[in-house]
Amino acid sequence: MIRVGKHIVQDLMRNRFILAYTGLLLVLSVSMFSLDSDPGKATLSLLNLVLLVVPLVSIIFTTIYFFNSYEFIELLLSQPINRKVVFFSEVVALSAALGMAFMIGVGLPLLILNPGGATGYMILAGLLLTWVFVSLAFVAALSTRDKAKGIGLTLLFWFYFELIYDGFLLYIIYAFSDYPLEKVTLALTALNPVDLARILILLKLDISALMGYTGAFYQNFFGSSQGVLVVGVLLILWAVAPVLLAWRKFSRKDI
Amino acid sequence: MRALLLFCLLPLSAWAAVIRVENGKTIRQAIEMAQPGDSILIAKGIYREGNLTIKKPLTLAGIDYPVLDGENKYEILTVTGPDVTITGLKFINTGTANIEDIAAIKALDVMHLRVIRNKFENAFFGIYFANSNNSWVQENTLIGESKSDNQAGNGIHMWKCDHMTIEKNEIRGHRDGIYFEFVTKSRVADNFSHENQRYGLHFMFSHDDEYESNIFRNNGAGIAVMYSNGVKMKGNRFEENSGNSSYGLLLKEIADSRIIDNIFRNNSIGIYMEGCSRGEFIHNTFTGNGWALRVQASCDANTFTRNGFFSNSFDVATNGSISLNDIHHNYWDKYEGYDLNKDGVGDIPFRPVSLYGMVVEKMPISIVLWRSILVLLLDRTEKILPAVTPENLVDKTPLMKFDKTKSDLITKTP
Repeated sequence: MIRVGKHIVQDLMRNRFILAYTGLLLVLSVSMFSLDSDPGKATLSLLNLVLLVVPLVSIIFTTIYFFNSYEFIELLLSQPINRKVVFFSEVVALSAALGMAFMIGVGLPLLILNPGGATGYMILAGLLLTWVFVSLAFVAALSTRDKAKGIGLTLLFWFYFELIYDGFLLYIIYAFSDYPLEKVTLALTALNPVDLARILILLKLDISALMGYTGAFYQNFFGSSQGVLVVGVLLILWAVAPVLLAWRKFSRKDI
Repeated sequence: MRALLLFCLLPLSAWAAVIRVENGKTIRQAIEMAQPGDSILIAKGIYREGNLTIKKPLTLAGIDYPVLDGENKYEILTVTGPDVTITGLKFINTGTANIEDIAAIKALDVMHLRVIRNKFENAFFGIYFANSNNSWVQENTLIGESKSDNQAGNGIHMWKCDHMTIEKNEIRGHRDGIYFEFVTKSRVADNFSHENQRYGLHFMFSHDDEYESNIFRNNGAGIAVMYSNGVKMKGNRFEENSGNSSYGLLLKEIADSRIIDNIFRNNSIGIYMEGCSRGEFIHNTFTGNGWALRVQASCDANTFTRNGFFSNSFDVATNGSISLNDIHHNYWDKYEGYDLNKDGVGDIPFRPVSLYGMVVEKMPISIVLWRSILVLLLDRTEKILPAVTPENLVDKTPLMKFDKTKSDLITKTP
């Protein structure tokens, strides 16, 4: 497994897209901090980067890479190598490469330019989101054989978690605003990794706004170390569960 | 002329004696012995004498902070005469009561009382004035120790007073740091009121008072001031008052007042206003607040100008669809307009109330979606086509730059 994984990682490191992605993140995060005199505002811009761009790139790149290395995977499978080894090497290698790109592009500048505050949570959230969307990409890529369809599906996933789900949540809040919804919304946010990551960072950033009214409720839950642990575990579940689903698909697939 | 002056002062100084309290003598004896105008010098030590009452003009001065202990039972000093000076004493452990307001120093119907450089520890009420005027409370340190606010009294409490001066005191751990009711034409300056159970400063029906360069930090419910006219607040700092129903500055029915050069930092709500009229809010700085300004629709004819808004989650919130206040020439860090003619004023108006701010106002629970992409898009759409946010709550002349004369105060904490 290590040899296969090493080979894939080496291939990914040579990939121009990964290098460009790392460079883009690096340039964006450094310029945000150097252009904005207010570090708080720069962190907010970075929040959008982490919540929007990182998942998008992770999911699309993984899907495209998987389709492009279809023949390589077929070649590997024709060798006396366990299917499991091939599949999980792919997953781990892609997660590692994209995670590394994120760490170099966003993590390092954050740690150097703005240590403390929300930085730790930002890095944690970004890293976990990268892995969640990598594993979602595998589900999408294994659901269809057609590359275009696969990419369409990944975009749908991305739209769903970024936008559609929140719209749905807002509608529920609006429709049932006469009822105490604190616990319900809490449960519903657990069903969206992007929401989980956002709230995790938000509690460090907008603590004042969140403290008033119902904010105090979220603060009590998410703000405690126990809450952070729960969010972390949920995000890891979000990264692991799709991979297992994808493995089921892969193990039954005729390749 | 000088001879005449000397002659006038002579009777005072000639008969004024100094009585020393030391070697087991009591302060009570000294007070009884003293003639009006005498000074009583109290040596270092612990004095447990129950309640002492001063009815004549006297000076009580301590050497190295002698301790007056109320043994958790008594009110320590009661002053009912004019021209008393109390300085250099340490008051500890007053009694507590639910009906009576037991204080370390209680002044009833006095004038020209000076309470200067004293220390108060574990007092129920610290310094309590009723129906008094022309008095000074300066450079005292008041530290309350009770854990719940129904067992704590106020640090400096004044009821029906006039021309009072409260300067350079530090108040911590009381119910309200400074409490005024019917106090007029007074000055509160350079005080540091922090970590009090309820409010750092709390006043009602107190007209024409001045509050300058005070620091109010991390009080249970921030600052609340009500039903007063002609209030002037200048150069104060309202900080870290965060928590459920906590306000940097709550203004209720305050009219004809000026709030100038203050700094509001990291409060849940910077300024909350209800029923306020004709107020002027000039050159205040709002940084890192949840809501910088919450102006209820019951406020009218207030002016907000040359204020700076930085990194607040929401700049302005309101509960109505009309706004009768004048907002112009403020600096908003969220402003994205341009200034073609370079006159320092943005060419397109800025709407400080965001759509999602209104949504959160109606459904507080929806804060859970704050800063999501959906909310970003909603706010953008509303900016282009305003439909929900109040039409006339707008800054038509937003500044491109904030006047940075005090900008160092924005980020630094003393």
